[in-house]
Amino acid sequence: MDLKAKATQIRAQVLNMIYTAGTGHIGGDFSETDILVALYYKYLNCGPKMVENPERDRFVLSKGHCVEALYCILADKGFIPQEELATYSQFGSKYIGHPNNKVNGIEMNSGSLGHGLALGVGMALAGRMDKRSYKTYVLMGDGELAEGSVWEAAMAAAHYKLNNLIAIVDRNGLQISGTTEQVMAHGDLAGRFSAFGWNVIELEDGNDMGQICAGIEAAQAYEAGPTVIIAHTTKGKGCPSIENNVAWHHKVPTDTQYEAMQIELKAGEQHE
Amino acid sequence: MSEANKQVICQVLMEKAATDKDIVVLCSDSRGSGSMTDFANAFPEQFVEVGIAEQNLVTISAGLASCGKKTVAVSPASFLSTRSMEQVKVDVAYSHTNVKLLGISGGVSYGALGMTHHSNNDIAVISSIPGMRVYIPSDRLQSRKLFEALMEDQEPAYIRVGRNAVADVYEEGNVPFTMDKATVLQEGSDVAIIACGEMVKAAQEAGRQLAEQGISAEVIDMYCLKPLDREAIQRVAAKCKAVVTIEEHVLIGGLGSMVCQTLCATHPLPVKCLTLPDTPVVTGKSQQVFDYYGLNADGIVVAAKELLGAE
Repeated sequence: MDLKAKATQIRAQVLNMIYTAGTGHIGGDFSETDILVALYYKYLNCGPKMVENPERDRFVLSKGHCVEALYCILADKGFIPQEELATYSQFGSKYIGHPNNKVNGIEMNSGSLGHGLALGVGMALAGRMDKRSYKTYVLMGDGELAEGSVWEAAMAAAHYKLNNLIAIVDRNGLQISGTTEQVMAHGDLAGRFSAFGWNVIELEDGNDMGQICAGIEAAQAYEAGPTVIIAHTTKGKGCPSIENNVAWHHKVPTDTQYEAMQIELKAGEQHE
Repeated sequence: MSEANKQVICQVLMEKAATDKDIVVLCSDSRGSGSMTDFANAFPEQFVEVGIAEQNLVTISAGLASCGKKTVAVSPASFLSTRSMEQVKVDVAYSHTNVKLLGISGGVSYGALGMTHHSNNDIAVISSIPGMRVYIPSDRLQSRKLFEALMEDQEPAYIRVGRNAVADVYEEGNVPFTMDKATVLQEGSDVAIIACGEMVKAAQEAGRQLAEQGISAEVIDMYCLKPLDREAIQRVAAKCKAVVTIEEHVLIGGLGSMVCQTLCATHPLPVKCLTLPDTPVVTGKSQQVFDYYGLNADGIVVAAKELLGAE
Protein backbone atom coordinates (compact mmCIF):
# COMPACT_ATOMS: atom_id res chain seq x y z
CA MET A 1 0.00 0.00 0.00
CA ASP A 2 1.10 3.55 -0.74
CA LEU A 3 1.13 4.82 2.86
CA LYS A 4 1.96 8.40 1.81
CA ALA A 5 -1.07 8.56 -0.45
CA LYS A 6 -3.21 7.07 2.28
CA ALA A 7 -2.04 9.77 4.69
CA THR A 8 -2.97 12.46 2.19
CA GLN A 9 -6.41 10.91 1.75
CA ILE A 10 -6.92 10.81 5.53
CA ARG A 11 -5.82 14.45 5.89
CA ALA A 12 -8.34 15.50 3.24
CA GLN A 13 -11.09 13.66 5.13
CA VAL A 14 -10.04 15.24 8.41
CA LEU A 15 -10.11 18.68 6.79
CA ASN A 16 -13.64 18.05 5.52
CA MET A 17 -14.78 16.74 8.86
CA ILE A 18 -13.49 19.70 10.85
CA TYR A 19 -14.63 22.26 8.30
CA THR A 20 -18.13 20.75 8.18
CA ALA A 21 -18.51 20.34 11.95
CA GLY A 22 -16.90 23.67 12.75
CA THR A 23 -14.70 22.13 15.42
CA GLY A 24 -11.58 19.98 15.80
CA HIS A 25 -7.84 20.00 16.37
CA ILE A 26 -6.50 20.13 12.86
CA GLY A 27 -2.89 21.02 13.68
CA GLY A 28 -2.32 17.96 15.85
CA ASP A 29 -4.39 15.76 13.56
CA PHE A 30 -2.10 16.58 10.68
CA SER A 31 1.10 16.11 12.68
CA GLU A 32 0.04 12.61 13.84
CA THR A 33 -1.57 11.36 10.62
CA ASP A 34 1.51 9.70 9.15
CA ILE A 35 2.19 7.83 12.40
CA LEU A 36 -1.41 6.62 12.63
CA VAL A 37 -1.42 5.53 9.00
CA ALA A 38 1.80 3.55 9.46
CA LEU A 39 0.37 1.86 12.56
CA TYR A 40 -3.08 1.05 11.21
CA TYR A 41 -2.16 0.09 7.65
CA LYS A 42 1.14 -1.70 8.25
CA TYR A 43 1.86 -2.68 11.84
CA LEU A 44 -1.16 -3.07 14.12
CA ASN A 45 -2.47 -6.59 14.23
CA CYS A 46 -6.09 -5.52 14.51
CA GLY A 47 -9.07 -5.02 12.29
CA PRO A 48 -12.87 -4.88 12.33
CA LYS A 49 -13.04 -8.65 12.78
CA MET A 50 -10.55 -8.65 15.63
CA VAL A 51 -12.02 -6.14 18.09
CA GLU A 52 -12.84 -8.88 20.60
CA ASN A 53 -9.79 -11.00 19.83
CA PRO A 54 -7.55 -11.11 22.92
CA GLU A 55 -4.49 -11.33 20.68
CA ARG A 56 -5.17 -8.01 18.93
CA ASP A 57 -2.58 -5.28 19.27
CA ARG A 58 -3.75 -2.48 21.57
CA PHE A 59 -3.63 1.18 20.62
CA VAL A 60 -4.35 4.13 22.89
CA LEU A 61 -4.61 7.69 21.57
CA SER A 62 -3.44 9.54 24.65
CA LYS A 63 -3.55 12.89 22.84
CA GLY A 64 -7.28 12.35 22.60
CA HIS A 65 -8.14 15.79 21.25
CA CYS A 66 -6.72 14.69 17.91
CA VAL A 67 -9.34 12.00 17.45
CA GLU A 68 -10.53 13.16 14.04
CA ALA A 69 -7.67 11.46 12.20
CA LEU A 70 -8.36 8.26 14.14
CA TYR A 71 -12.06 8.37 13.25
CA CYS A 72 -11.24 8.76 9.56
CA ILE A 73 -8.86 5.81 9.69
CA LEU A 74 -11.32 3.60 11.61
CA ALA A 75 -13.97 4.39 9.00
CA ASP A 76 -11.57 3.75 6.12
CA LYS A 77 -10.56 0.43 7.68
CA GLY A 78 -14.20 -0.63 8.14
CA PHE A 79 -14.39 -0.50 11.94
CA ILE A 80 -17.22 2.03 11.68
CA PRO A 81 -19.58 3.03 8.88
CA GLN A 82 -18.16 5.90 6.84
CA GLU A 83 -21.51 7.69 6.80
CA GLU A 84 -21.66 7.88 10.59
CA LEU A 85 -18.73 10.28 10.59
CA ALA A 86 -21.13 12.97 9.37
CA THR A 87 -22.53 13.02 12.92
CA TYR A 88 -19.16 14.04 14.38
CA SER A 89 -19.73 16.55 17.22
CA GLN A 90 -23.47 16.62 16.53
CA PHE A 91 -26.01 16.35 19.35
CA GLY A 92 -26.06 12.87 20.84
CA SER A 93 -23.41 11.44 18.50
CA LYS A 94 -20.92 8.91 19.84
CA TYR A 95 -18.34 10.56 17.60
CA ILE A 96 -17.37 13.22 20.12
CA GLY A 97 -14.27 15.36 20.31
CA HIS A 98 -12.30 12.71 22.20
CA PRO A 99 -11.98 8.94 21.83
CA ASN A 100 -14.59 6.87 23.61
CA ASN A 101 -15.02 3.14 23.67
CA LYS A 102 -18.59 3.21 22.41
CA VAL A 103 -16.91 3.59 19.03
CA ASN A 104 -15.93 0.24 17.54
CA GLY A 105 -12.16 -0.11 17.52
CA ILE A 106 -11.45 2.33 20.34
CA GLU A 107 -10.15 0.53 23.42
CA MET A 108 -10.45 3.18 26.11
CA ASN A 109 -11.77 6.65 26.67
CA SER A 110 -9.21 9.42 26.68
CA GLY A 111 -9.10 13.16 26.39
CA SER A 112 -7.83 14.13 29.78
CA LEU A 113 -4.13 14.21 29.05
CA GLY A 114 -1.51 12.07 30.72
CA HIS A 115 -3.59 8.90 31.11
CA GLY A 116 -2.65 6.91 28.02
CA LEU A 117 0.77 5.64 29.02
CA ALA A 118 -0.49 4.15 32.31
CA LEU A 119 -3.37 2.49 30.43
CA GLY A 120 -0.75 1.06 28.10
CA VAL A 121 1.26 -0.22 31.07
CA GLY A 122 -1.85 -2.05 32.32
CA MET A 123 -2.54 -3.54 28.88
CA ALA A 124 1.08 -4.62 28.48
CA LEU A 125 1.13 -6.20 31.95
CA ALA A 126 -2.06 -8.09 31.11
CA GLY A 127 -0.48 -9.35 27.90
CA ARG A 128 2.53 -10.62 29.80
CA MET A 129 0.39 -12.29 32.50
CA ASP A 130 -1.65 -14.08 29.85
CA LYS A 131 1.45 -14.94 27.78
CA ARG A 132 0.01 -13.20 24.75
CA SER A 133 2.12 -11.90 21.92
CA TYR A 134 0.29 -8.63 21.27
CA LYS A 135 1.98 -5.28 21.59
CA THR A 136 0.56 -2.09 23.06
CA TYR A 137 1.11 1.24 21.33
CA VAL A 138 0.42 4.60 22.97
CA LEU A 139 0.55 7.85 21.01
CA MET A 140 1.15 10.92 23.17
CA GLY A 141 1.43 14.59 22.40
CA ASP A 142 4.47 16.49 23.57
CA GLY A 143 2.50 19.09 25.53
CA GLU A 144 0.92 16.37 27.64
CA LEU A 145 4.33 15.23 28.83
CA ALA A 146 4.06 17.96 31.47
CA GLU A 147 1.51 15.76 33.25
CA GLY A 148 3.16 14.02 36.19
CA SER A 149 1.11 10.87 35.60
CA VAL A 150 3.07 10.27 32.37
CA TRP A 151 6.23 9.89 34.38
CA GLU A 152 4.62 7.66 36.98
CA ALA A 153 3.72 5.36 34.10
CA ALA A 154 7.17 5.73 32.52
CA MET A 155 8.69 4.58 35.80
CA ALA A 156 6.42 1.55 36.02
CA ALA A 157 6.99 0.52 32.39
CA ALA A 158 10.74 0.52 32.89
CA HIS A 159 10.48 -1.18 36.30
CA TYR A 160 8.57 -4.05 34.72
CA LYS A 161 10.77 -4.00 31.57
CA LEU A 162 7.68 -3.93 29.36
CA ASN A 163 9.18 -4.78 25.98
CA ASN A 164 5.65 -5.21 24.65
CA LEU A 165 4.93 -1.49 25.15
CA ILE A 166 5.83 1.10 22.53
CA ALA A 167 5.19 4.78 23.21
CA ILE A 168 5.30 7.34 20.44
CA VAL A 169 5.60 11.06 21.10
CA ASP A 170 4.18 13.36 18.42
CA ARG A 171 6.91 15.91 19.04
CA ASN A 172 5.57 18.84 17.02
CA GLY A 173 6.90 21.34 19.52
CA LEU A 174 3.68 23.35 19.81
CA GLN A 175 0.83 23.42 22.28
CA ILE A 176 -2.15 25.67 22.72
CA SER A 177 -0.32 28.56 24.39
CA GLY A 178 2.92 28.51 22.40
CA THR A 179 5.95 26.32 21.88
CA THR A 180 6.47 23.52 24.35
CA GLU A 181 9.80 25.05 25.25
CA GLN A 182 8.13 28.37 26.12
CA VAL A 183 5.25 26.82 28.04
CA MET A 184 7.13 24.10 29.94
CA ALA A 185 10.43 23.08 28.50
CA HIS A 186 11.20 19.43 27.92
CA GLY A 187 14.87 20.17 27.27
CA ASP A 188 16.61 16.90 26.52
CA LEU A 189 13.47 14.81 26.13
CA ALA A 190 15.36 11.76 24.88
CA GLY A 191 17.63 12.05 27.89
CA ARG A 192 14.65 12.21 30.21
CA PHE A 193 13.13 9.01 28.88
CA SER A 194 16.53 7.38 28.80
CA ALA A 195 17.08 8.31 32.45
CA PHE A 196 13.76 6.68 33.26
CA GLY A 197 15.07 3.44 31.78
CA TRP A 198 13.53 3.53 28.31
CA ASN A 199 15.01 2.65 24.96
CA VAL A 200 14.76 5.86 22.93
CA ILE A 201 14.48 6.19 19.17
CA GLU A 202 14.41 9.69 17.69
CA LEU A 203 12.99 10.39 14.26
CA GLU A 204 14.46 13.49 12.70
CA ASP A 205 11.41 13.75 10.47
CA GLY A 206 8.45 12.17 12.20
CA ASN A 207 6.27 12.75 9.14
CA ASP A 208 8.58 10.77 6.86
CA MET A 209 7.03 7.37 6.27
CA GLY A 210 10.37 5.64 5.81
CA GLN A 211 11.65 6.93 9.13
CA ILE A 212 8.40 6.09 10.92
CA CYS A 213 8.45 2.50 9.66
CA ALA A 214 12.10 2.05 10.52
CA GLY A 215 11.44 3.43 14.00
CA ILE A 216 8.49 1.15 14.67
CA GLU A 217 10.37 -1.90 13.43
CA ALA A 218 13.35 -1.09 15.64
CA ALA A 219 11.02 -0.62 18.61
CA GLN A 220 9.31 -3.95 17.93
CA ALA A 221 12.69 -5.67 17.84
CA TYR A 222 13.93 -4.24 21.13
CA GLU A 223 13.64 -6.85 23.86
CA ALA A 224 15.15 -5.37 27.01
CA GLY A 225 12.32 -3.02 27.97
CA PRO A 226 9.93 -0.34 26.74
CA THR A 227 10.75 1.85 23.77
CA VAL A 228 9.72 5.41 23.10
CA ILE A 229 9.82 6.82 19.59
CA ILE A 230 10.24 10.58 19.70
CA ALA A 231 8.92 11.65 16.33
CA HIS A 232 9.87 15.22 15.47
CA THR A 233 6.83 16.20 13.47
CA THR A 234 5.37 19.35 11.96
CA LYS A 235 2.12 20.60 13.38
CA GLY A 236 -0.32 21.14 10.53
CA LYS A 237 1.82 18.94 8.22
CA GLY A 238 0.54 18.83 4.65
CA CYS A 239 -0.80 22.37 4.41
CA PRO A 240 2.06 24.88 4.38
CA SER A 241 -0.39 27.68 5.17
CA ILE A 242 -0.98 26.27 8.65
CA GLU A 243 2.26 24.42 9.33
CA ASN A 244 4.14 25.24 12.52
CA ASN A 245 1.61 27.90 13.43
CA VAL A 246 0.41 27.77 17.01
CA ALA A 247 -2.87 29.45 16.01
CA TRP A 248 -3.87 26.24 14.21
CA HIS A 249 -4.07 24.12 17.35
CA HIS A 250 -7.85 24.05 17.05
CA LYS A 251 -8.70 26.75 14.57
CA VAL A 252 -11.45 25.98 12.07
CA PRO A 253 -10.76 27.03 8.47
CA THR A 254 -12.92 29.67 6.80
CA ASP A 255 -14.36 28.93 3.35
CA THR A 256 -11.37 30.55 1.67
CA GLN A 257 -8.86 28.80 3.90
CA TYR A 258 -10.61 25.49 3.37
CA GLU A 259 -10.35 25.78 -0.39
CA ALA A 260 -6.71 26.83 -0.15
CA MET A 261 -5.92 23.88 2.14
CA GLN A 262 -7.57 21.44 -0.24
CA ILE A 263 -5.35 22.73 -3.02
CA GLU A 264 -2.29 22.45 -0.77
CA LEU A 265 -3.06 18.82 0.07
CA LYS A 266 -3.52 17.99 -3.63
CA ALA A 267 -0.27 19.75 -4.53
CA GLY A 268 1.57 17.81 -1.86
CA GLU A 269 0.24 14.59 -3.28
CA GLN A 270 1.44 15.44 -6.79
CA HIS A 271 4.94 16.23 -5.50
CA GLU A 272 5.25 12.78 -3.98
CA MET B 1 -13.48 -8.93 66.57
CA SER B 2 -10.58 -11.10 65.58
CA GLU B 3 -9.85 -9.66 62.16
CA ALA B 4 -10.02 -6.28 60.49
CA ASN B 5 -12.39 -5.99 57.53
CA LYS B 6 -9.44 -5.66 55.15
CA GLN B 7 -7.95 -8.96 56.38
CA VAL B 8 -11.17 -10.76 55.58
CA ILE B 9 -11.24 -9.14 52.15
CA CYS B 10 -7.70 -10.44 51.52
CA GLN B 11 -8.90 -13.93 52.47
CA VAL B 12 -11.81 -13.69 50.02
CA LEU B 13 -9.44 -12.57 47.27
CA MET B 14 -7.07 -15.45 47.96
CA GLU B 15 -9.89 -17.96 47.91
CA LYS B 16 -11.12 -16.63 44.57
CA ALA B 17 -7.66 -16.20 43.05
CA ALA B 18 -6.91 -19.86 43.68
CA THR B 19 -9.23 -20.74 40.83
CA ASP B 20 -9.39 -17.46 38.91
CA LYS B 21 -6.18 -16.30 37.25
CA ASP B 22 -7.80 -13.07 36.15
CA ILE B 23 -7.99 -11.62 39.66
CA VAL B 24 -5.20 -9.06 40.04
CA VAL B 25 -4.45 -7.02 43.15
CA LEU B 26 -2.51 -3.76 42.83
CA CYS B 27 -0.93 -1.82 45.69
CA SER B 28 0.83 1.53 45.97
CA ASP B 29 3.42 0.58 48.59
CA SER B 30 0.36 -0.35 50.61
CA ARG B 31 0.41 -4.15 50.73
CA GLY B 32 1.21 -4.15 54.46
CA SER B 33 -1.27 -1.50 55.51
CA GLY B 34 -3.84 -3.05 53.18
CA SER B 35 -3.27 -6.54 54.62
CA MET B 36 -2.43 -7.81 51.13
CA THR B 37 1.01 -9.22 51.92
CA ASP B 38 -0.36 -12.76 52.10
CA PHE B 39 -1.96 -12.33 48.67
CA ALA B 40 1.25 -10.88 47.22
CA ASN B 41 3.27 -13.80 48.54
CA ALA B 42 0.79 -16.48 47.50
CA PHE B 43 -0.02 -15.04 44.06
CA PRO B 44 3.03 -13.09 42.87
CA GLU B 45 1.90 -13.41 39.24
CA GLN B 46 -1.43 -11.80 40.12
CA PHE B 47 -0.03 -8.95 42.17
CA VAL B 48 1.29 -5.62 40.84
CA GLU B 49 3.22 -3.11 42.92
CA VAL B 50 3.18 0.42 41.48
CA GLY B 51 5.05 2.25 44.24
CA ILE B 52 3.77 5.43 45.84
CA ALA B 53 1.82 6.55 42.79
CA GLU B 54 -1.93 6.42 43.32
CA GLN B 55 -2.86 7.92 39.96
CA ASN B 56 -0.80 5.25 38.25
CA LEU B 57 -2.37 2.61 40.51
CA VAL B 58 -5.86 3.40 39.25
CA THR B 59 -5.03 3.82 35.56
CA ILE B 60 -2.87 0.70 35.36
CA SER B 61 -5.74 -1.18 37.04
CA ALA B 62 -8.07 0.14 34.34
CA GLY B 63 -5.67 -0.90 31.58
CA LEU B 64 -5.48 -4.41 33.02
CA ALA B 65 -9.26 -4.54 33.38
CA SER B 66 -9.70 -3.54 29.72
CA CYS B 67 -7.91 -6.80 28.91
CA GLY B 68 -10.24 -8.91 31.04
CA LYS B 69 -8.54 -8.73 34.41
CA LYS B 70 -10.64 -8.39 37.58
CA THR B 71 -8.60 -5.79 39.37
CA VAL B 72 -8.58 -4.62 42.97
CA ALA B 73 -6.65 -1.40 43.59
CA VAL B 74 -5.70 -1.09 47.25
CA SER B 75 -4.54 2.20 48.75
CA PRO B 76 -5.35 4.43 51.74
CA ALA B 77 -8.82 5.85 51.22
CA SER B 78 -7.56 9.40 51.65
CA PHE B 79 -5.28 9.16 48.61
CA LEU B 80 -7.34 6.77 46.53
CA SER B 81 -10.46 8.94 46.70
CA THR B 82 -8.96 12.35 46.10
CA ARG B 83 -5.48 12.16 44.58
CA SER B 84 -6.70 9.66 42.01
CA MET B 85 -10.16 11.13 41.59
CA GLU B 86 -9.69 12.02 37.95
CA GLN B 87 -8.31 8.59 37.15
CA VAL B 88 -11.36 7.10 38.85
CA LYS B 89 -13.65 9.37 36.86
CA VAL B 90 -12.04 8.83 33.45
CA ASP B 91 -10.39 5.41 33.44
CA VAL B 92 -12.70 3.52 35.79
CA ALA B 93 -16.15 5.11 35.66
CA TYR B 94 -16.18 6.64 32.16
CA SER B 95 -14.36 3.81 30.42
CA HIS B 96 -16.43 1.44 32.60
CA THR B 97 -13.66 -0.92 33.63
CA ASN B 98 -13.92 -3.73 36.16
CA VAL B 99 -11.85 -2.06 38.86
CA LYS B 100 -12.68 -2.45 42.54
CA LEU B 101 -11.13 0.42 44.47
CA LEU B 102 -10.43 -0.66 48.04
CA GLY B 103 -9.89 2.38 50.25
CA ILE B 104 -8.14 1.18 53.39
CA SER B 105 -7.70 2.98 56.72
CA GLY B 106 -10.75 5.06 55.83
CA GLY B 107 -12.40 7.90 57.69
CA VAL B 108 -10.32 8.86 60.72
CA SER B 109 -8.57 5.49 61.07
CA TYR B 110 -5.32 7.42 60.90
CA GLY B 111 -6.77 9.79 63.48
CA ALA B 112 -3.52 11.10 64.89
CA LEU B 113 -1.88 11.63 61.49
CA GLY B 114 -3.90 14.69 60.56
CA MET B 115 -6.08 15.82 57.71
CA THR B 116 -3.71 14.56 54.99
CA HIS B 117 -4.60 11.02 56.06
CA HIS B 118 -8.28 11.47 56.86
CA SER B 119 -10.86 10.45 54.26
CA ASN B 120 -13.92 12.13 55.68
CA ASN B 121 -15.26 13.14 52.26
CA ASP B 122 -14.78 10.02 50.15
CA ILE B 123 -18.47 9.13 49.98
CA ALA B 124 -19.17 12.57 48.53
CA VAL B 125 -16.23 12.48 46.15
CA ILE B 126 -16.72 9.04 44.65
CA SER B 127 -20.51 8.90 44.69
CA SER B 128 -20.64 12.14 42.70
CA ILE B 129 -19.01 10.36 39.75
CA PRO B 130 -21.59 8.91 37.33
CA GLY B 131 -21.37 5.13 37.27
CA MET B 132 -19.44 4.66 40.50
CA ARG B 133 -20.82 2.56 43.33
CA VAL B 134 -19.84 3.18 46.96
CA TYR B 135 -19.88 0.65 49.83
CA ILE B 136 -18.81 0.86 53.47
CA PRO B 137 -19.25 -2.48 55.26
CA SER B 138 -19.76 -2.52 59.00
CA ASP B 139 -17.91 -5.60 60.22
CA ARG B 140 -15.73 -8.48 59.08
CA LEU B 141 -18.70 -10.78 58.47
CA GLN B 142 -20.49 -8.30 56.22
CA SER B 143 -17.18 -7.43 54.51
CA ARG B 144 -16.88 -11.05 53.42
CA LYS B 145 -20.42 -11.17 52.05
CA LEU B 146 -19.97 -7.87 50.24
CA PHE B 147 -16.65 -8.76 48.64
CA GLU B 148 -17.83 -12.19 47.59
CA ALA B 149 -20.69 -10.47 45.76
CA LEU B 150 -18.53 -7.71 44.28
CA MET B 151 -15.97 -10.08 42.82
CA GLU B 152 -18.73 -11.81 40.89
CA ASP B 153 -19.80 -8.68 39.01
CA GLN B 154 -18.02 -6.75 36.28
CA GLU B 155 -18.82 -3.21 37.43
CA PRO B 156 -16.57 -0.59 39.02
CA ALA B 157 -16.98 0.15 42.72
CA TYR B 158 -15.31 1.92 45.64
CA ILE B 159 -15.21 0.16 49.00
CA ARG B 160 -14.04 1.85 52.19
CA VAL B 161 -12.84 -0.09 55.21
CA GLY B 162 -11.24 1.02 58.47
CA ARG B 163 -7.79 0.18 59.73
CA ASN B 164 -8.48 -1.79 62.87
CA ALA B 165 -10.60 -4.77 63.78
CA VAL B 166 -14.01 -3.68 64.98
CA ALA B 167 -16.63 -5.39 67.13
CA ASP B 168 -18.88 -7.78 65.24
CA VAL B 169 -22.30 -6.45 64.33
CA TYR B 170 -23.44 -9.83 63.01
CA GLU B 171 -22.98 -13.38 64.26
CA GLU B 172 -21.08 -16.17 62.57
CA GLY B 173 -23.52 -18.11 60.45
CA ASN B 174 -26.18 -15.43 60.74
CA VAL B 175 -25.27 -12.62 58.37
CA PRO B 176 -28.32 -11.44 56.46
CA PHE B 177 -27.10 -9.87 53.24
CA THR B 178 -28.76 -8.92 49.99
CA MET B 179 -26.61 -6.96 47.56
CA ASP B 180 -27.58 -3.28 47.37
CA LYS B 181 -30.26 -3.72 50.04
CA ALA B 182 -29.77 -2.25 53.49
CA THR B 183 -29.78 -4.69 56.38
CA VAL B 184 -32.31 -4.17 59.16
CA LEU B 185 -30.68 -4.96 62.51
CA GLN B 186 -33.65 -4.16 64.69
CA GLU B 187 -37.22 -3.26 63.82
CA GLY B 188 -38.91 -0.29 65.47
CA SER B 189 -41.56 2.37 65.06
CA ASP B 190 -40.55 5.53 66.96
CA VAL B 191 -37.22 6.47 65.45
CA ALA B 192 -35.06 5.13 62.63
CA ILE B 193 -31.30 5.03 63.05
CA ILE B 194 -29.48 4.75 59.75
CA ALA B 195 -25.75 4.12 59.90
CA CYS B 196 -22.83 2.91 57.80
CA GLY B 197 -19.39 1.46 58.46
CA GLU B 198 -18.00 1.51 61.96
CA MET B 199 -20.94 3.60 63.15
CA VAL B 200 -23.31 0.65 62.71
CA LYS B 201 -22.08 -0.89 65.95
CA ALA B 202 -22.87 2.35 67.79
CA ALA B 203 -26.31 2.40 66.18
CA GLN B 204 -26.93 -1.17 67.28
CA GLU B 205 -25.99 -0.28 70.86
CA ALA B 206 -28.12 2.86 70.78
CA GLY B 207 -31.08 0.78 69.60
CA ARG B 208 -30.72 -1.42 72.67
CA GLN B 209 -30.39 1.57 75.03
CA LEU B 210 -33.46 3.25 73.58
CA ALA B 211 -35.46 0.04 73.94
CA GLU B 212 -34.58 -0.05 77.63
CA GLN B 213 -36.03 3.47 77.86
CA GLY B 214 -39.23 2.47 76.12
CA ILE B 215 -38.35 3.95 72.74
CA SER B 216 -38.75 1.72 69.73
CA ALA B 217 -35.91 2.22 67.26
CA GLU B 218 -35.39 0.67 63.85
CA VAL B 219 -31.68 0.22 63.19
CA ILE B 220 -30.47 0.05 59.61
CA ASP B 221 -27.02 -0.87 58.26
CA MET B 222 -26.77 1.19 55.06
CA TYR B 223 -23.52 -0.32 53.78
CA CYS B 224 -24.63 0.53 50.23
CA LEU B 225 -24.22 4.30 49.88
CA LYS B 226 -24.57 4.16 46.12
CA PRO B 227 -26.83 2.76 44.94
CA LEU B 228 -28.56 3.91 48.11
CA ASP B 229 -31.39 1.66 49.31
CA ARG B 230 -34.06 4.36 49.08
CA GLU B 231 -36.87 1.87 49.58
CA ALA B 232 -35.54 0.98 53.01
CA ILE B 233 -35.45 4.67 53.95
CA GLN B 234 -38.97 5.31 52.70
CA ARG B 235 -40.26 2.18 54.40
CA VAL B 236 -39.03 3.21 57.86
CA ALA B 237 -40.03 6.82 57.29
CA ALA B 238 -43.62 5.68 56.78
CA LYS B 239 -43.74 4.18 60.26
CA CYS B 240 -41.31 6.27 62.33
CA LYS B 241 -41.60 9.84 63.64
CA ALA B 242 -37.96 10.84 63.23
CA VAL B 243 -34.65 9.73 61.75
CA VAL B 244 -31.10 9.84 63.08
CA THR B 245 -28.21 9.21 60.71
CA ILE B 246 -24.64 8.59 61.76
CA GLU B 247 -21.48 8.29 59.69
CA GLU B 248 -17.72 8.71 59.75
CA HIS B 249 -17.91 11.42 57.09
CA VAL B 250 -18.79 15.09 56.72
CA LEU B 251 -22.41 16.13 56.25
CA ILE B 252 -21.99 17.40 52.69
CA GLY B 253 -22.53 14.56 50.26
CA GLY B 254 -22.62 11.87 52.92
CA LEU B 255 -25.15 9.37 54.18
CA GLY B 256 -27.10 11.98 56.16
CA SER B 257 -27.45 14.23 53.13
CA MET B 258 -28.56 11.34 50.96
CA VAL B 259 -31.16 10.25 53.52
CA CYS B 260 -32.51 13.81 53.76
CA GLN B 261 -32.74 14.07 49.96
CA THR B 262 -34.67 10.83 49.87
CA LEU B 263 -37.04 11.78 52.67
CA CYS B 264 -37.77 15.27 51.33
CA ALA B 265 -39.25 13.80 48.19
CA THR B 266 -41.86 11.60 49.83
CA HIS B 267 -41.74 11.53 53.65
CA PRO B 268 -40.62 14.86 55.17
CA LEU B 269 -39.57 14.04 58.73
CA PRO B 270 -37.34 15.59 61.42
CA VAL B 271 -33.80 14.31 60.83
CA LYS B 272 -30.63 14.68 62.87
CA CYS B 273 -27.41 13.94 61.01
CA LEU B 274 -24.47 12.97 63.20
CA THR B 275 -21.31 13.56 61.18
CA LEU B 276 -17.75 14.74 61.29
CA PRO B 277 -17.47 18.56 61.16
CA ASP B 278 -16.75 20.79 58.20
CA THR B 279 -13.34 21.62 59.66
CA PRO B 280 -10.06 19.75 60.00
CA VAL B 281 -10.89 16.94 62.40
CA VAL B 282 -9.42 16.89 65.90
CA THR B 283 -6.58 14.39 66.05
CA GLY B 284 -6.36 11.31 68.22
CA LYS B 285 -7.31 7.64 68.19
CA SER B 286 -10.43 7.11 66.12
CA GLN B 287 -12.58 6.25 69.14
CA GLN B 288 -11.43 9.47 70.83
CA VAL B 289 -12.35 11.39 67.70
CA PHE B 290 -15.78 9.72 67.55
CA ASP B 291 -16.46 10.48 71.21
CA TYR B 292 -15.34 14.10 70.84
CA TYR B 293 -17.96 14.69 68.13
CA GLY B 294 -20.67 12.57 69.72
CA LEU B 295 -20.38 9.86 67.10
CA ASN B 296 -21.30 7.07 69.49
CA ALA B 297 -24.30 5.32 71.04
CA ASP B 298 -24.80 8.10 73.60
CA GLY B 299 -24.84 10.70 70.85
CA ILE B 300 -27.48 8.75 68.94
CA VAL B 301 -29.64 8.28 72.04
CA VAL B 302 -29.52 12.00 72.84
CA ALA B 303 -30.35 12.93 69.24
CA ALA B 304 -33.23 10.45 69.06
CA LYS B 305 -34.78 11.68 72.30
CA GLU B 306 -34.44 15.32 71.25
CA LEU B 307 -36.22 14.62 67.99
CA LEU B 308 -39.00 12.72 69.77
CA GLY B 309 -39.33 15.34 72.49
CA ALA B 310 -38.66 12.63 75.04
CA GLU B 311 -37.10 13.29 78.45
